[in-house]
Amino acid sequence: MTELWTTTPGGYLIVLAILLPLAGIILSFTLGGRSAERVALGSTPFGLALACAIALHVGRAGKPIVYVIGALEPPLGIALRADGISAIMLITTAVIVTAAALYARAKFATPDGIRESRSSLIFWIMLQSIWAALIIIFVSGDLFNLYVALELLTFAAVPLVCIDGRPETLVAALRYLLFALFGSICYLLGVALLYGAHGTLDIPLLAQRVQSTPVVWTAAALMTGGLLAKTALFPLHLWLPPAHANAPAAASAVLSSLVVKGSFFLTLRLWFYVLPGLSADQAAMVIGCLGSAAIIAGSVMALRQARLKLLIAYSTVAQIGYLFLVFPLATGAQSWSAMSWSACFMQILAHAFAKAAMFFSAGLLAEALGHDQIARLGGAARVLPLTFLTIALSGLSLMGLPPSGGFSAKWLMLQASIISGQWFWTLPILAGGLLAAGYVYRILAPALSDDRISLKSSPKRSQEVLALGLAMIAIALGFMPQTFSDILEIGRPIAAALP
Amino acid sequence: MSLLPYLDICLALLVVAVAFWTIAARDLFASVVGYVAYGLLLAFVWIRLYAPDVALTEAAVGGGVTGVLLITAGKRLGGLRNVGQGERPGFGLSLVAGVLAAAVAGALCAVILMLPDPPPSLAPEAVAAIHGAGAGLGNPITAVLMSYRSFDTMLEKMVLILAVVGVWSVGADNAWGGAPAPFRVSKPDAPMVFLAQMLAPVGVLIGIHIFWVGADEPGGAFQGGALLAAMWMVTMMAGVAQPPRVDARWLRVALVAGPAVFLVIGLAGGVVAGSFFAYPPALAKPIILFIEAFMVLSIAAALPMLVAGSPGERPDR
Repeated sequence: MTELWTTTPGGYLIVLAILLPLAGIILSFTLGGRSAERVALGSTPFGLALACAIALHVGRAGKPIVYVIGALEPPLGIALRADGISAIMLITTAVIVTAAALYARAKFATPDGIRESRSSLIFWIMLQSIWAALIIIFVSGDLFNLYVALELLTFAAVPLVCIDGRPETLVAALRYLLFALFGSICYLLGVALLYGAHGTLDIPLLAQRVQSTPVVWTAAALMTGGLLAKTALFPLHLWLPPAHANAPAAASAVLSSLVVKGSFFLTLRLWFYVLPGLSADQAAMVIGCLGSAAIIAGSVMALRQARLKLLIAYSTVAQIGYLFLVFPLATGAQSWSAMSWSACFMQILAHAFAKAAMFFSAGLLAEALGHDQIARLGGAARVLPLTFLTIALSGLSLMGLPPSGGFSAKWLMLQASIISGQWFWTLPILAGGLLAAGYVYRILAPALSDDRISLKSSPKRSQEVLALGLAMIAIALGFMPQTFSDILEIGRPIAAALP
Repeated sequence: MSLLPYLDICLALLVVAVAFWTIAARDLFASVVGYVAYGLLLAFVWIRLYAPDVALTEAAVGGGVTGVLLITAGKRLGGLRNVGQGERPGFGLSLVAGVLAAAVAGALCAVILMLPDPPPSLAPEAVAAIHGAGAGLGNPITAVLMSYRSFDTMLEKMVLILAVVGVWSVGADNAWGGAPAPFRVSKPDAPMVFLAQMLAPVGVLIGIHIFWVGADEPGGAFQGGALLAAMWMVTMMAGVAQPPRVDARWLRVALVAGPAVFLVIGLAGGVVAGSFFAYPPALAKPIILFIEAFMVLSIAAALPMLVAGSPGERPDR
């Protein structure tokens, strides 16, 4: 078992992947002005390369790669561990952050004649901070280290919400901050309880030691509650729509595609890696029900929105709901467990790419038309064909129509529900697809009409292509080969295999 | 028969009573005062739990910096008295929040009594750290924070930078690059100026001392840095010094110095000591003190900047 805590070949890549954006933050802040943008943009290719290199090492080795920091072993030291799910998430994050950085150049370039502007400096620093925090969340093997990463993520995400400086964005950011801090403190309380009961914060060590005691259950409840608030699972979703709808497009894309996935990822780490020995069928059922409620409520709310960005934000509430079906479906070591596991990650990826593409398009639309009222989109598709092609393609994936990543995810979920005998999950999955079709139709139908509409300005072709590229990835995910599932299984503990 | 257990019980009851007072107080200023008192009492609790390092931090942050921050914020809110008043949460919401808080507190009380006795702990290994990775240091807490947990410690300093950037980010666009509003706009009064001039040099000396002895005794970079920060705040409150411009290069360098030096040395460890964030054993103590010196600087710069607020805010009256 000691090989869990020994540095493996390629392990150093994990540290480099974390230190790169951290160094970027320090440089951007010190140099300021235009250098912040240059540092952020200049570091993205290296970050992408590091993520791919880590994935390659994990795939080749067929087991997680590990780096023990300072060669000081856990429990007192910290081990970083990149397994299959880390590898997939690292690449997804790198691609979307890179796309967001390129997309944001138009809005967040420092204007001529000014040495440094507020919104530009904040944006480039926070983008790199979100990246750094997510990488740590994906690879850290220590619950306290993960807490620090969660804090980093919160302090990076909140200022992006109010970067425009309008009063309503400040209200949205403040509400987000309160929910997120509530989540942090709950998580930290749980971590303290686990340490008090078992004397370690290392994930594999805890997995060996935890038993079904009241202390562990209280800790699990606190940590889960906190993480759900940060992930905006219904009914703790109240902060999400105003926050994501008020941020500028590039920031909304990162917040909706990646930031909420960070705390969701930690929820998975908690239940499937720290507490796999707990028989938590009832807890999983409750979480599954909340997920189902999120799908229905989020979709219905999306149908009722007048503003495009709010519609997309409520769609995020709904699409997050699907992720939580993994808890009732993937516990245990049965045949459908691996299927649900792939479905969950396929849904994370498909939603990440489709939602980033949608927010990019909504940003382009708002720039070109001067508003984002759905009722006034009549004829817009004729003047902005590429943007609406992007919306249609990403909408396809959100609805779950083949061929797309969204279809693969929902198809696997349906199969897993039926094979496992939990057929009742098929209802929210199917209803969610129909409702999604409804809200995507609401955007497309008026846009495709014959009405005449005038543009305030024509959109940048490069930004349109970026958005389209992300939507194409969401579609292409539908053709993912079996290796995807195999990679996701690398390093995943199975409940039955544990003592 | 010692008197101490009774004192402990009194202290515990007092903490709970002050906590209730803080929640129940109707007046903003009163509840801030309650909160500061609560922080200071907690520091005593930590001393009784034989955790002087935590006590120093709690007194500096929970009682000191947060107190000043809340009082400053309260004063600025006072200037906007007529804006956004009257939006008190409804009875239902208050009830739900109260029940939830009571449930969490009750559950915590119950399970804390169920924790194993003696508790499983890493303390013996931490004590051994002063002969291993933190060789040469006498304070195991500093040894652990700067060696085994160096990665956490560096990340926490990054969070501190982000907090400062986050506070600055809510300023107005056209004020960017300017300085935060001065702490004091009225004419400084003589006793306050005298205090700042007499206290600050002594406080700075004590702050550096706390950092320096932190290698072997209770204390360390955070506690020392917090004291330096307090001294800077005192001089600004007396009007002897003014908050710096947010685009001042020296301020930016001071803010990032700690994490930057930490990161570079951590990276160098990969080449020199065989692992990132490892130190050559013979040089562990001087290297750790070197990093801590820069962290003291960053903390001393960051905490007052958090209190000073975003650039260009209207001065509080």
